[in-house]
Amino acid sequence: MSDPIFWHRLQFGFTAAYHYLFPQLTMGLALFIVLLKVLARRTHDDKYQDAARFWIRIFGINFAVGVVTGIPMEFQFGTNWAQFSTRAGGVIGQTLGMEGMFAFFLESSFLGLLIWGEEKFGRKIHDLAAWALFVGSWLSGYFIIATNAFMQHPTGYEVAADGSLQIANFLGFLLNPWALVEYMHNMIAAVVTASFVVTAVGAYYTLRNAHAEQAKIFLRTGVIVGLVASMLVAFPTGDRQGKMVAEHQPASLAAMEGRWNSGSWAEMNIIGQPDVARRRLDNPIRIPGVLSFIAYGSFDSNVKGLSEIPSDQWPPNIELLYYSFHIMVGLGTIFIAIMGLAVLLLWRGLLPHARWMLWVLMLAFPFPYIATTAGWMTAELGRQPWLLYGLMRTRDGASHLVHSGETVFTSLGFAGIFVVLGFLFLYLIMREIAHGPIPHNRPAAS
Amino acid sequence: MEMLWFWLVSVMVAIYAVMDGFDFGAGILHHFVARDDSERRQVLGAIGPWWDGNEVWLLAGGGSLFLAFPKVLAAGFSGYYLAMFMVVWTLILRGISIEFRSHVEDRMWRVFWDFVFSFASVLLPILLGAALGNVVRGVPLDETGYFNIPLFTHFGTHNPVGILDWYTVLMGVFVLVTVTNHGALFLAWKTEGAVHERSHRIALPLSVLTAALGGVATLATAKVNPAIFAHLPEAPLAWVGSLIFLLGLAAVFWGQLRGRHLLAFIGSGAFILGLLAATAACVFPVMLGSSLDPAWSLTAYNASVSEHGLATGLKWWFLGFPIAIAYFVFLFRLHRGKVKPAPDGQGY
Repeated sequence: MSDPIFWHRLQFGFTAAYHYLFPQLTMGLALFIVLLKVLARRTHDDKYQDAARFWIRIFGINFAVGVVTGIPMEFQFGTNWAQFSTRAGGVIGQTLGMEGMFAFFLESSFLGLLIWGEEKFGRKIHDLAAWALFVGSWLSGYFIIATNAFMQHPTGYEVAADGSLQIANFLGFLLNPWALVEYMHNMIAAVVTASFVVTAVGAYYTLRNAHAEQAKIFLRTGVIVGLVASMLVAFPTGDRQGKMVAEHQPASLAAMEGRWNSGSWAEMNIIGQPDVARRRLDNPIRIPGVLSFIAYGSFDSNVKGLSEIPSDQWPPNIELLYYSFHIMVGLGTIFIAIMGLAVLLLWRGLLPHARWMLWVLMLAFPFPYIATTAGWMTAELGRQPWLLYGLMRTRDGASHLVHSGETVFTSLGFAGIFVVLGFLFLYLIMREIAHGPIPHNRPAAS
Repeated sequence: MEMLWFWLVSVMVAIYAVMDGFDFGAGILHHFVARDDSERRQVLGAIGPWWDGNEVWLLAGGGSLFLAFPKVLAAGFSGYYLAMFMVVWTLILRGISIEFRSHVEDRMWRVFWDFVFSFASVLLPILLGAALGNVVRGVPLDETGYFNIPLFTHFGTHNPVGILDWYTVLMGVFVLVTVTNHGALFLAWKTEGAVHERSHRIALPLSVLTAALGGVATLATAKVNPAIFAHLPEAPLAWVGSLIFLLGLAAVFWGQLRGRHLLAFIGSGAFILGLLAATAACVFPVMLGSSLDPAWSLTAYNASVSEHGLATGLKWWFLGFPIAIAYFVFLFRLHRGKVKPAPDGQGY
């Protein structure tokens, strides 16, 4: 209770995880909206325009909550992590500053036009706004990922005389190889989230026999994009991410897989419970050689175990890291199966009638959120005990003059506000879904 | 280079004050100038295209501060810990009140969000004004470059100080009145009908009050931090700033008396801009003054990142800044003309 670091970490982790529930849909939906806009332009068919309009309303509500939950993230660098900001601000200040300048202005300027501007300013401006939001939100994602990548794998910096980190090679920092891989993996995961949400609404309308035309569009675009994205998340992006971790964070990889002893023909653990006290994995189901292959490209390569690494460099919460990683990978695999089956049914023309499958698709949408959260937990727990990998430990980065009581207080404040926000968000989203993809100035049909 | 970045950050903060100032003002006056739902939607419609972009100046200004002077950001934000979270939570409430209100056509829903919107719009300028007052007064920075102060102590300006004392509260009230006036002039210019009439009527007394409080705040500043005015002779930019805010104030009155509301609104913007510029010129190079020992103050010179970092940031800053301005010009052209009382179902 009295350890301030615990509360600083909990607060940042909680607010970040909660915040990220919204931008992932924002970024994924932005792609869908642009896609629907392009289809509307190509086909001159108003049903795509109606579909785009429906998702824009959802997008607007989602975006607003994303913005207001994102503001605390910016502030917390200074309020909770003052020593980290002082030490690393010379480097990460660049990307955080760029995000404001290049992404936030773009998004905020065009958001109003996207949500309210169609009737007043015409389709051209509206299409432009859709593209602007797509580019803006994906740019925003890059600047945040580049900042995170610097914490995971610092590049392009130098250490000044006073110990602070300063920019040495701007492009080396901005185009950090870790950032490029993490960005692709993360953005495609955001598309997976959006495709499951779009599919779920399509399945819901189909099951209810409502909005048949729109339901068909949602189902078709949802499952096709969903299958492509689910596969890309695993390969090549997830695979590349894994190799990055293997190369630069061996302790993290060993903990993710619950691996204690080094050796070749390293096993992939499908199931098992890490027993940290006894340094072993209980009740495992394992496939030999697969981890070696995934990490280094050959079945007999040596993969380090935790025993070979000094324990003060181990991630402190191995169990949570192990389970987060396995939940992410497990769900990712299931996504490919679900979407693959759905595309197969779609191709055979059976999807609208396969009610059991529609139920599955309707109820599956929370799981990508769980997978992305688990993925971020894997990345950030795996980075521990480092705040800046190899350079600065997490416990040295917090605001040392802020008392833990203050952090407890503000954490509880966030918990309260976020619960209220969550209810309001769900209420508004459910209203939109109940109203359906018809313009609001037309009366709601059954 | 440090000096240039000091001014770039100051410019962004000043633009933030001018831009978000008018939508704060509109929020403060929301209940007074707009009586029914269509009038309230008119007020929200007038600021709707802007408020989010206006707020980005705060985030972008904070980003520039982080980029150039991370020590100032780290010391200031962690030192004002609880006050910062009040600002954050109020920003959250204000943001969702504007965005959520329009989604449900229900009287109680809208009455509730109107209240939240006005409440947050009143609280934020007071908090931000008090923050400005704290910067001018100084905070108990120690030799490590950090501090942590309580919300209030004895309400005096001598140590141990709190975030709120008679001076910082005075600054909070001054900023509140100033942005209320700014918002009234914006609405008087941008709207027509009853909202325009009421905004027009309330603006002149507010302008008088703003000018009077401006005088009081200046005298109070001279008492709390006399060193500031000692800089005046060698700070030409302070004279330029003073000239701008005096001309702005003249335009505020002249514009209103002649019924030229755009001129009055621009004058009010110049007043805010000039006042902040003059203040920045007077405190330069100090960014966060120590009330314990002036040698421990954080300045543009001892809190900046490396020369190379500043030069790198400059490159993209000068690319991004005109683009941001271009968005605002584009929006202003798109939304030119007066905002009418809104029929239902369209816009905010």
